[in-house]
Amino acid sequence: MDIKWDKILISGDPLIFWSQILILLTMVAIVVGVTYFKKWRWLWTEWLTTVDHKRIGIMYILVGVLMFFRGGIDGLLMKAQTATPDGQLLDAQHYNEVFTTHGVIMILFMAMPFLIGIMNVIVPLQIGARDVAFPQLNALSFWLTFSGAMLFNLSFVVGGSPDAGWTAYFPLAGKEFSPGIGNNYYAVAIQIAGIGTLMTGINFIVTILKMRAKGMTLMKMPMFTWTSFVTSIIIAASFPILTVALALMTFDRIFGTHFFTLSGGGMDMMWVNLFWLWGHPEVYIVVLPAFGMFSEVISTFSHKTLYGYKSMVGSIVGIAFLSMLVWVHHFFTMGAGPAVNSIFSITTMMIAIPTGVKMFNWLFTMRKGRIRFTTAMLWALAFVPCFLIGGVTGVMLAMGAADYQYHNTLFLVAHFHYVLIPGVVFAVFAGLYYWWPKMFGHMLNEKLGKLHFWFFVIGFNVTFLPMFFLGLDGAVRRSYTYSAESGFGPLMLISAIGAAILAIGFVFFCYNIYWSARYADRNISSDPWDARTLEWATASPVQFYNFAKIPEVDSLDAFWYMKKNNKGLELNDDDLEEIHMPSNSGLPFVMCVIFGISGFFLIFEWKIAALVAAAGILVCLIIRSFDYNDGYHVPVDKIRSIEKTWRVIGKGGEKHVS
Amino acid sequence: MSANVNTSLPLEFQTEQNRMNILGFWIFLGAEIVLFATLFATYSVLSTRYAGGPTPHELFEINGVMIETILLLTSSFTCGLAIYEMHKENLKGLLTWLIITLLLGLGFVGMEISEFITYVHEGATMQTSAFLSSFFVLLGTHGLHVSMGIGWATMVIIQMVKRGLTPVTARKIFIIGLYWHFLDVVWIFIFTFVYLKGMV
Repeated sequence: MDIKWDKILISGDPLIFWSQILILLTMVAIVVGVTYFKKWRWLWTEWLTTVDHKRIGIMYILVGVLMFFRGGIDGLLMKAQTATPDGQLLDAQHYNEVFTTHGVIMILFMAMPFLIGIMNVIVPLQIGARDVAFPQLNALSFWLTFSGAMLFNLSFVVGGSPDAGWTAYFPLAGKEFSPGIGNNYYAVAIQIAGIGTLMTGINFIVTILKMRAKGMTLMKMPMFTWTSFVTSIIIAASFPILTVALALMTFDRIFGTHFFTLSGGGMDMMWVNLFWLWGHPEVYIVVLPAFGMFSEVISTFSHKTLYGYKSMVGSIVGIAFLSMLVWVHHFFTMGAGPAVNSIFSITTMMIAIPTGVKMFNWLFTMRKGRIRFTTAMLWALAFVPCFLIGGVTGVMLAMGAADYQYHNTLFLVAHFHYVLIPGVVFAVFAGLYYWWPKMFGHMLNEKLGKLHFWFFVIGFNVTFLPMFFLGLDGAVRRSYTYSAESGFGPLMLISAIGAAILAIGFVFFCYNIYWSARYADRNISSDPWDARTLEWATASPVQFYNFAKIPEVDSLDAFWYMKKNNKGLELNDDDLEEIHMPSNSGLPFVMCVIFGISGFFLIFEWKIAALVAAAGILVCLIIRSFDYNDGYHVPVDKIRSIEKTWRVIGKGGEKHVS
Repeated sequence: MSANVNTSLPLEFQTEQNRMNILGFWIFLGAEIVLFATLFATYSVLSTRYAGGPTPHELFEINGVMIETILLLTSSFTCGLAIYEMHKENLKGLLTWLIITLLLGLGFVGMEISEFITYVHEGATMQTSAFLSSFFVLLGTHGLHVSMGIGWATMVIIQMVKRGLTPVTARKIFIIGLYWHFLDVVWIFIFTFVYLKGMV
């Protein structure tokens, strides 16, 4: 074993040096803070070992916010570097690392945790369940995502960041051309997080199929549940491809095989195919739950049932199906020939049809509705035109022949930011403003929310709209600098200013979280928006068992009709029964640590140490197999006293007979 | 999560949690199919890229492979018998057939390891060519799955001896049965698309 001690800590770069010091100080501050306030036990019992889907969801969202910050700093660094011709802030290598980590973090460690976090909190509530199908597996999913995210972020200060782009194309990402360990981080950290995501997918498929409240048929499920369901299916169908692709990459880099190498008969373009076989469905994995959130928000704040529910379901299923058939459009320039390119051009353009159906459904939902311009609704309204620009430029890019012109230019970069920021980030913000009271029992401040909204949306458009024109003028992506003669300077500067405005918007969001946590009114209704779905039929914040009595459903927008018909809202004393709940477990957290250690050794190519650490994973699995803890029962008295804090419990006995 | 027990169903389907676990495992097997399909696709792309190294013709020896195949297919049959005994609530029969299944599985893994060692001694390693990289990773993934299955089933046998036949242990055995048959199906594909196709 040749341990590369000299490669462990990155040194010499002042930017990284200060980050190392800051990370160290933050860690010391956290440890001192938790010790000072004597919160270790609380942290362990309430959060680190929890299997409660709502808390796991909140932890996912927290990871999302942190990673948004990290990925956002990367983005700002890129914009600062390219604001002026011949920028001197970053050198080429550093710029390569920054755009690589920006992409990976924003997709895998920002968008995914945000969406899966909101899915975790909301889906069991929307279907009237007390938890997900496999609560402990759910905790493991979160902790593996966390383990992967932390490992990936470690690369910045320990060992060096990956620098071959978020797509890590071979041969560049291979050992021959990237001899450092940066790309090992890519292969291993994403692998660990990906396993967690795959288990989330399986968990939510079973949860949604098996745990719906009585009367909730598939076609009476809220739209967010539907999109989460379809997303889970895409996860189960596409993440194994990523698992294999990353494993083969690991073999190539660490064990000297020849899957994607230029020598030994390997085929570099196979990586590109495998990557996008996962990568394109991944786009829909993140965008479909976002569509679901917009559907809920638009329906609630238009005071109308979602228009065209059935066509909405049909179109998400159609999008999911087509998502598996378009991967080649990411590399039309590979030279697969006109026949192949034409087929994939057509399948790509076909995606615009179900997406268009959804767009019109949202617009028709708003038509003649009584629209309330809350912050959540503003995000949904801004989404429509912004996403439209992203979608239409997507159809331009879908034309194989024309793509030769756009390929790898800033036009493409502008396109996918116009898809992913309105399609995912706006949705996450809409969802957070909408569901925040359900999660924490207080609302986010609307005034700060609107400042957040306006800065973010204006900043976003100022940043990315110029990039369409830059791309058409020939500015290539991933280039760390350009000359003054190119004429890109003015638009690049405008784009950089836009990024700063966007960042101010995000600061308002963070401040809003802080302000609302400290000062917001706690005395709010459990249904502050006059909403339509079951998650609003219980307390805010939701008690740990979700529903004292599982509601019965007989229509779409179940809670709306419960309110309208005044049926099933009251709780009678004789309805109360003991509730069975799963016990907490420390095992997922322990496995997170072991996966992290094992992954770290593998990244540094200390194979035997990695193997020894991996044995710890097996030990955990064996402990889990012998664990016959069947959870515990919540006594009726406790349920009664918790329910009394937020509602009146009826006497029962006199059932209304009509 | 409900503790309701429906005794009219087979043991492994009696509780709601059991039904969810079994459905979850079926979906997991779906994901496994995608995983192996990706490995098969990789193999089919790289299977003729020898890079000057040995070809399947020079390498494969059908006798060993036939024995491996017979061992694994027989183990699938005995695994079926084990589940059959479980449904008759015959713990002894279940354990006997299950242990025979695992011994056959161990025989398979042992033969496969010795096959790999022979190849490596002949100079055909994972690093030799793209063909061999994809060969070793595809078969290695399958072999690792079988080995994991043996270890896992051993743990469940211990629980079975300690606790007897309960809805929970029955469910665990049933799921291992699904897993075992699945690995058998994968092997049939390996036998066909790797060995037979390579030999002719």
